[in-house]
Amino acid sequence: MAKQHANWSPYDNNGGSCVAIAGADYCVIAADTRMSSGYNILTRDYSKTCKLADKAVLASSGFQADVKALQKQLAARHLIYQHQHNKQMSCPAMAQLLSNTLYYKRFFPYYAFNVLGGLDNEGKGCVFTYDAVGSYERVGYSSQGSGSTLIIPFLDNQLKSPSPLLLPAQDAVTPLSESEAVDLVKTCFASATERDIYTGDRLEIVILNADGIRREFMELRKD
Amino acid sequence: MSSPAFEIPPKGGFSFDLCRRNEMIAKKGVNPPSFRKTGTTIVGLIFQDGVILGADTRATEGPIVCDKNCEKIHYMAPNIYCCGAGTAADTEAVTDMVSSQLQLHRYHTGRESRVVTALTLLKRHLFNYQGYVQAALVLGGVDCTGPHLHTIYPHGSTDTLPFATMGSGSLAAMAVFESKYREGLTRDEGVQLVSEAICSGVFNDLGSGSNVDVCVITKGHKEYLRNHLLPNPRTYVSSKGFSFPKKTEVLLTKITPLKEKVVVIEGGDAMEE
Repeated sequence: MAKQHANWSPYDNNGGSCVAIAGADYCVIAADTRMSSGYNILTRDYSKTCKLADKAVLASSGFQADVKALQKQLAARHLIYQHQHNKQMSCPAMAQLLSNTLYYKRFFPYYAFNVLGGLDNEGKGCVFTYDAVGSYERVGYSSQGSGSTLIIPFLDNQLKSPSPLLLPAQDAVTPLSESEAVDLVKTCFASATERDIYTGDRLEIVILNADGIRREFMELRKD
Repeated sequence: MSSPAFEIPPKGGFSFDLCRRNEMIAKKGVNPPSFRKTGTTIVGLIFQDGVILGADTRATEGPIVCDKNCEKIHYMAPNIYCCGAGTAADTEAVTDMVSSQLQLHRYHTGRESRVVTALTLLKRHLFNYQGYVQAALVLGGVDCTGPHLHTIYPHGSTDTLPFATMGSGSLAAMAVFESKYREGLTRDEGVQLVSEAICSGVFNDLGSGSNVDVCVITKGHKEYLRNHLLPNPRTYVSSKGFSFPKKTEVLLTKITPLKEKVVVIEGGDAMEE
């Protein structure tokens, strides 16, 4: 009998784009709310962002089931941390935890593309960008997901970040004000939605600053 | 006697040598270029005095939209139009080709083209290419025998229907037709229903999007409503705008005159016939 090959894959790609921008005293994390599979829209109102701690917000695209599992795992680990240390985890600590969690599944990865945004211990904005198996880097701005190939060149052009190889290390935060950063994020998504079929419906923007956390929404194209 | 380097089919017919070559090349990891597809919603219906065709205007290449406002309702004859879905180049080429054959046929006969003529020319061509010409069409028109609506599949099979949909959004559009189509629609009801079917494709199928084109064909008259609806305007324009201040720097300018490098023979011998 001829050998039968398994034609089944455990992964799907549910599309969507995420952006995060760090400023001197704020951080903007944004993602669209469309969830799709193939040429179908599964829902127009699915939040890709997740508040992991008071000063750490995760935005993820990729495979929704894996993203959900990852968020649950991080929430559980964060609860243990709170019991043991009687405080919220800092954003850089959460960044390391996320990396370890992803690498733990190195040979059966979470199909999740993450951007973690928040405020560090000095109250400065910070953004961490990841690949699916846990390689990560602190940057001034980042984008992940289906529209990232359209968004990153635009952000590079508008906010040239200093090379991470420079000595002494340069500050990675962007020079924009909070409202300018929100405006830039809105433009990014309006443009990405024009050309990426998996991005659209609605934009959710989470803004972290000294006052706390704030959410904004903007409508995107629905086609 | 030495055998030829490759096998020649003895009596015409198809040669599939290139298929084997392409398969081998693909196996070595060199993939052929991707095609621009119009992952599309196209529809048509018959109303009380003619035919109405409709199409969206998005063209995609994988997940990227490469044309936000393309035309998918192609001209075949003054009384016949054809919506195309599939590979953009194929739908365009096949409709242009048949439209020119119809024009020549009209010069020859001095009569209006018939929809069945266009249908036969299209399906014959598509069948010849065994589905490799990737064109899925909705053909509609009004001739001396009345209004006609047909769908043509890439392999060359055809249907004759009172209402039809094609492309990746065909299910979304057919859902609307199945629930709301009836015989003897008026022009305005027909245009309304076609627009609704296209919008259903535009909003529920990721391969379809942007605007709605409609074409109404009646006896001796047609109306091409390009961008009949524009349901997807840009959602956000920054109030301050963006600039791209840094230009490409010129690092070095050097001019090498070609005359010193080449021997120029002036007034040489004229070329022989």
